[in-house]
Amino acid sequence: MITFLFAASVVLVTVLLVFELWQGSVLSRHKFGFNFFRTSVWDPIFEQFGALPFIYGTLVTAAVSLLIAVPLGIGAAIFLAELAPARVSDTLEFFIDLLAAVPSVIYGVLGIFIVVPLMRQYIQPALKHSFGFLPLFQGPAYGVGFLTAGIVLAIMVIPYIISVSREVLLSVPRDQREAALSLGATHWESTWKVVVPFARAGIFGSIFLALARALGETMAVTMVIGNNPTISASLFSPGYSIAAVIANEFTEATGELHTQSLIELGLVLFILTFILNGFARLLMVATSQRGSRLGHP
Amino acid sequence: MKKIAALLAIFLALAGILWADSSLSITGAGATFPYPMYSKWFDEYHKKNANLSINYQSIGSGGGIKQVTEGTVDFGATDGPMNDDQLKAYQDKHGFGILHFPTVLGADVPAYNIPGVTVELNFTPEAIAGIFLGKITKWNDPVISGPNKGVALPGDDIVVVHRSEGSGTTYIWTDYLSKVSEEWKTKVGKGASVNWPVGLGAKGNESVAGTIKNTPDSFGYVELIYAIQNNMPYGRVKNSSGAFVKADLASVTAAAAGAAKSMPDDFRVSITDAPGKTAYPISSFTWLLVPAKFSDATKRDAIKGFVKWMLADGQNYTEALSYAKLPKEVVAKELKALNNVQ
Amino acid sequence: MSPRLRWRKLVSGFMLTLTGVCALVAVSVLFLILGYLVYHGGTSISWNFFTKLPVPVGETGGGMANAILGSAKMLLLASLFGVPFGFFGAIYLAEFSGATTAFVVRYAADLLNGVPSIVIGIFAYSLVVHPFRQYSTLAGGFALGLMMIPITLRSTEEFLRSVPNDFREGAMALGASKWKTIATVIVPAAYRGILTAVLLAFARVAGETAPLLFTALGNQFWSSGWTQPTASLPVMIYTYALAPYDDWHRQAWAAGLVLLGLILVINIVARAILSRGMAVPRS
Repeated sequence: MITFLFAASVVLVTVLLVFELWQGSVLSRHKFGFNFFRTSVWDPIFEQFGALPFIYGTLVTAAVSLLIAVPLGIGAAIFLAELAPARVSDTLEFFIDLLAAVPSVIYGVLGIFIVVPLMRQYIQPALKHSFGFLPLFQGPAYGVGFLTAGIVLAIMVIPYIISVSREVLLSVPRDQREAALSLGATHWESTWKVVVPFARAGIFGSIFLALARALGETMAVTMVIGNNPTISASLFSPGYSIAAVIANEFTEATGELHTQSLIELGLVLFILTFILNGFARLLMVATSQRGSRLGHP
Repeated sequence: MKKIAALLAIFLALAGILWADSSLSITGAGATFPYPMYSKWFDEYHKKNANLSINYQSIGSGGGIKQVTEGTVDFGATDGPMNDDQLKAYQDKHGFGILHFPTVLGADVPAYNIPGVTVELNFTPEAIAGIFLGKITKWNDPVISGPNKGVALPGDDIVVVHRSEGSGTTYIWTDYLSKVSEEWKTKVGKGASVNWPVGLGAKGNESVAGTIKNTPDSFGYVELIYAIQNNMPYGRVKNSSGAFVKADLASVTAAAAGAAKSMPDDFRVSITDAPGKTAYPISSFTWLLVPAKFSDATKRDAIKGFVKWMLADGQNYTEALSYAKLPKEVVAKELKALNNVQ
Repeated sequence: MSPRLRWRKLVSGFMLTLTGVCALVAVSVLFLILGYLVYHGGTSISWNFFTKLPVPVGETGGGMANAILGSAKMLLLASLFGVPFGFFGAIYLAEFSGATTAFVVRYAADLLNGVPSIVIGIFAYSLVVHPFRQYSTLAGGFALGLMMIPITLRSTEEFLRSVPNDFREGAMALGASKWKTIATVIVPAAYRGILTAVLLAFARVAGETAPLLFTALGNQFWSSGWTQPTASLPVMIYTYALAPYDDWHRQAWAAGLVLLGLILVINIVARAILSRGMAVPRS
């Protein structure tokens, strides 16, 4: 069957991709083994490659972005699902979906020309002034760094959290809300204590989805993170992420070991996003099943 | 459905015919250091030879070396000459060698963006090494302010900017630092891509210049023309004779004077920290990397034709972009070496 | 009203207003982005931008004509490659396959969808650029096409599945073969959704930069044929934005406006097609 061939080649191409990543990193995997994840030195001259700074940078920026995007996103989703009349909700959702379509490089451009100067001139000094006793907010205000990258990433992942959370909140059966209200709960109480927990799995799913997106982002991050493989407690410090270092060094990694170490980083990123996407799907399926089991159409 | 498919097929066939025209396209990649010069040259050469487009992508010297070794580009460009291991790797992979052809002389300048400071600062080798090692962290450090009496330097933190990718400009800078600072030599070393103790990474000379321009209190190294084209202040550097010299055509040419006489056959030479009262200490040649053998005769002739033009008419364009011309002896030697490209 | 109740009502009102603020913040970001792009890019869009080639570094007056054409060529290739695989693969999943094969194919597609675009770039480099020793429009189109496949496949499958079974049964009762049913009944019934899926996939890859860095490289001249490196809008935006030249910054804004404008228009058109069509579920 012709169509079977098409479908089969999709599977084949995916398998081939994983295979290429695995094969392409054989040298560095054998040379460094698990030390790859514990060393923080990335030295092309002395051929020492450790992934720790990049993993650190990827995770820190993702964490910062979620810290900002999750409250904002869930709040907005609650508004759209519970409060806004249907027409307003649909229109706003339309705009938010458009936000998800903006390419990464454009976020990068806006990051460089608008967010970075804002950070350097106003936000970072203000944070330093008020919270400078915390190691998080120490060090010179470069403008670029973990915090800036996290903020730009937050803007990029909010649409995912909003649209998925809104859908799962909308799919919570009406009886749940009505039962809470009939027991005397205020609107907020019924939302926060009944509806949201009911949709909890789906909301977590949206967060995992957002996280997976944040981990894999390349262009916007490399334009505002500072491109320095540092591990630092300060959010003002420049850093590096896995995707950013691959983008910067891949075309010119002289020496097989350097190239293969970069490919190994790609493999690590792939596995991380693979696991997260898997969790996300499981959670979203769990929510919808829960809803349908309770008789929701 | 069938009609659409048929139309599409015709369209593609037409597109293929129309777009696969007879012009020859050659691809090169490498250094950002001479990119303003090369982009001008290839543009002018294309005007003179409408059937030939030489597409040069500035991805950094490291990229140039890697891609020409991989064979994905027809020629490379670098300001850090290939070392013996890289030459051997090329030879092993292709069965023939690769040749270096110097094109122009340029300089790495210490560019800065210090609020309130518009004058030229004097930098000693100790100052530059100290800043890049992370030992000197503030602008008003005595090592910096010493040679700059009368200039009000702020007590702000210095923001160091360097290259994030494999770069010949980095090679030149670290080559110089390794010669003037024992600590730098042992701790960091020289190379296109080093383990920087401090600083922000930016991709390409273009981006380093952009970052310095946008970041107050920043300090970094760029090729001379990038500082000039963007009206960025850059400092004088103390050379081996003790004089503070600013990078310009005369001082860069002076740095190459000694090398011109004793140029090795493969043209790989370092002229950083060159002797001479007027020599600028962070100067360098920059090279095209041309394979010694081409399977495609038209490509070979096209490249050889370009190199010949570059060594003659091309040299007349260099000074407008603040790159110094090649010494006459070097040009003569290169024309001879061109015969080795088969 | 007891004080406790008054407090709870206050909290309720406050928190709900807060959620409204969150929604407002989220939506206004979109308008801020558009606003900035229109302001900075609108003033830089000129006839030169669309018709001229880039000029040597430091000079002014250049344009992005070759990047626009390069992007167009690669997107065409991506569609020609990605859409058939997605479309026919979806037909297989919806009409022919058994449960286990369907699971495997869907899983693979979701996996492919989740791969970060930079990793797709690495893959395309090792598959197309490295063996042939050539950066090319083809390689760029291949990388983008790979990204289009999973989006097209999953969405098309859902729309095909949503066509009521009566359609299939009716056609079979009239004696139509399986393929005739698919071609003349099912696909036309779902065509709005399929078109939407294709348009959205197209808009998604139109803005991708990372995979092009290792496949199409770049070109300051016109790229002839399909096997030469080519400039593209997203990569030019990236290069120009990082550089120090003001003229390049202006061009980057203009290109950003053009690119975003194209993507938003396609998105809006796609959703309009869908909402005007039959009651098919959103994916």
